[in-house]
Amino acid sequence: MSAAQSIAADRRWRPWELVLLAALVISWFAAGNEHSLLGNEIAIFALFALSLDLILGYAGIISLGHAAFFGVGAYTAALFAKHVMPDPLVGLVVGTAAAALLGALSSVLVMRGSDLARLMITLGVAAILYELANKLEFTGGADGLQGVSMGLLLGRFEFDLYGRTAFAYSLVLLVICLLIARRIVASPFGWSLRAIRDNRLRAAAIGLNVDLRLGAVYTLAAAMAGTAGALLAQTTGFASLDVLDFHRSADVMLMLIIGGTGWLWGGVLGAIGFKLMHSVLSAWTPQYWTFWLGLFLVVLVMVGRDRFFKSWTWWK
Amino acid sequence: MLTLLFDGIAYGMLLFVLAVGLAVTLGLMNFVNLAHGAFAMAGGYVTVLLMDRAGVPFLATLPLAFLLPALVGAVAERLLYRPMYKRPHLDHVLFSIGLVFMTVAAVDWLVGSQQQIVKLPLWLQGRFEIASVGIGKYRLFIIVVCLLLTLMLQWVLGRTRFGSRLRAAVDDPRVAAGLGINVNQVFSVTFAVGSGLAGLGGALGAEVLGLDPSFPLKFMIYFLIVVSVGGTTTITGPLLAALLLGIADVMGKYYVPQLGAFVVYLLMVVILFWRPQGLFGRGATR
Repeated sequence: MSAAQSIAADRRWRPWELVLLAALVISWFAAGNEHSLLGNEIAIFALFALSLDLILGYAGIISLGHAAFFGVGAYTAALFAKHVMPDPLVGLVVGTAAAALLGALSSVLVMRGSDLARLMITLGVAAILYELANKLEFTGGADGLQGVSMGLLLGRFEFDLYGRTAFAYSLVLLVICLLIARRIVASPFGWSLRAIRDNRLRAAAIGLNVDLRLGAVYTLAAAMAGTAGALLAQTTGFASLDVLDFHRSADVMLMLIIGGTGWLWGGVLGAIGFKLMHSVLSAWTPQYWTFWLGLFLVVLVMVGRDRFFKSWTWWK
Repeated sequence: MLTLLFDGIAYGMLLFVLAVGLAVTLGLMNFVNLAHGAFAMAGGYVTVLLMDRAGVPFLATLPLAFLLPALVGAVAERLLYRPMYKRPHLDHVLFSIGLVFMTVAAVDWLVGSQQQIVKLPLWLQGRFEIASVGIGKYRLFIIVVCLLLTLMLQWVLGRTRFGSRLRAAVDDPRVAAGLGINVNQVFSVTFAVGSGLAGLGGALGAEVLGLDPSFPLKFMIYFLIVVSVGGTTTITGPLLAALLLGIADVMGKYYVPQLGAFVVYLLMVVILFWRPQGLFGRGATR
């Protein structure tokens, strides 16, 4: 099989992928008024995790500060709706663009250095933004930006109390981003990212411009994270410091690990798994649920992810 | 001005003692341990609880604040950390974040989430003036203790047989093992001592840094800054980085309080961009 053929084979839709896509659509009808808010949240986190997957799963950049882009998207969308115009779609584009800009600027920082230096730099960028949002006047400091009222979606649909519109809105964007990410990952560019992840030196030796490609995917992932953040701000009507907090970055990484890195549905499945685990654990021990979350992580890593989810291999 | 400098130095020395164990973990086994702060917190709680509930005097609690975390560190290294060394960095990060989450929730459950207060003995309270420079007695105490610890560390590393084994193992574990050095054992001991030092630092710093269950998360980034900026090949690197960080933090909070920790993070990002191996490193973090 030639290279062109194998790339084309990866692009073809498999039946289970179509089933999963259909399941996403059906989930909107199944959710009803009761669960739409939860569904909306899951869709947003799925998108956020998907964006992290692009850099972590495909390009191999460990980021502990991915919340930076999520937060920038959220704050930009909220500020835009408050001061410029309340149209959701324009706000979404602006939020995405702001995050992409930040991603492009900070991608220079992650191109060089060891894993540790990159870890620290991503962590540092998120921490800087957290401090800025905390201290600046127009971001509302520790109170956050409240009372962001959105206009009608497409000039027709109002954001209702049950989150029906919000869920549909987030779901559509999730599907669009999934399709975009799928196209990119299956392209020669996507394959070159995997080559860089597996062996940077050899990838450079066969003539790939490693820095440029890493920069491109980092910017793209930042833009998607920004979209997710903007969606959160628009559908919940506020942006607070919480969106930039360290635990956001840790949570999204956890989601991706639960769902599996290096395939696009990992983020979606992980977001669902994480949210389920969160609601079960926090209903059980509201104050100490992080303990069980931590234990889960430790066991997951010690046993190995593949083995952990294949229960039939446990006693072999 | 000079008082601030003095406070900054005390803060920096404290950070150094807290983070030096991490430098070894990272330099020797290339293990990114985000849970280092948990050992520091353990030390802090040993001191606070012993003083509060058992009425042990402050100074007498300090050796225990060293020993207990060291013991926990030795056990944890053998049981939990060792299988992790060969794994990719992502696993290290996830694993140690998991540990942090667990300790934060566990301490919250055991002791409660309130801020713990250390009642210093009378002779360490208050401040005096030398040439119109106000000097806090406790700050001076911290500097003296940390300075002694640093000198001791330097002596152990530079002059003893164990120190030369450790340095050999840091430089190249494979060759060191080939020369008959039991690298695993060297690392166990070092990990335990590093955890103990973190515990001692946590106990000393409980008054200055504050102590509550979120301690490991709050100071995680500071320890990592010390190590990544200072590099992991020498002991002077982290020391200078810690002093720089301590002084910058104290000065920054005093002169531009509206920016808070912003200055520190910005400095770190710039330094790491300029020199990814740290200011004084020479490429041991791989």
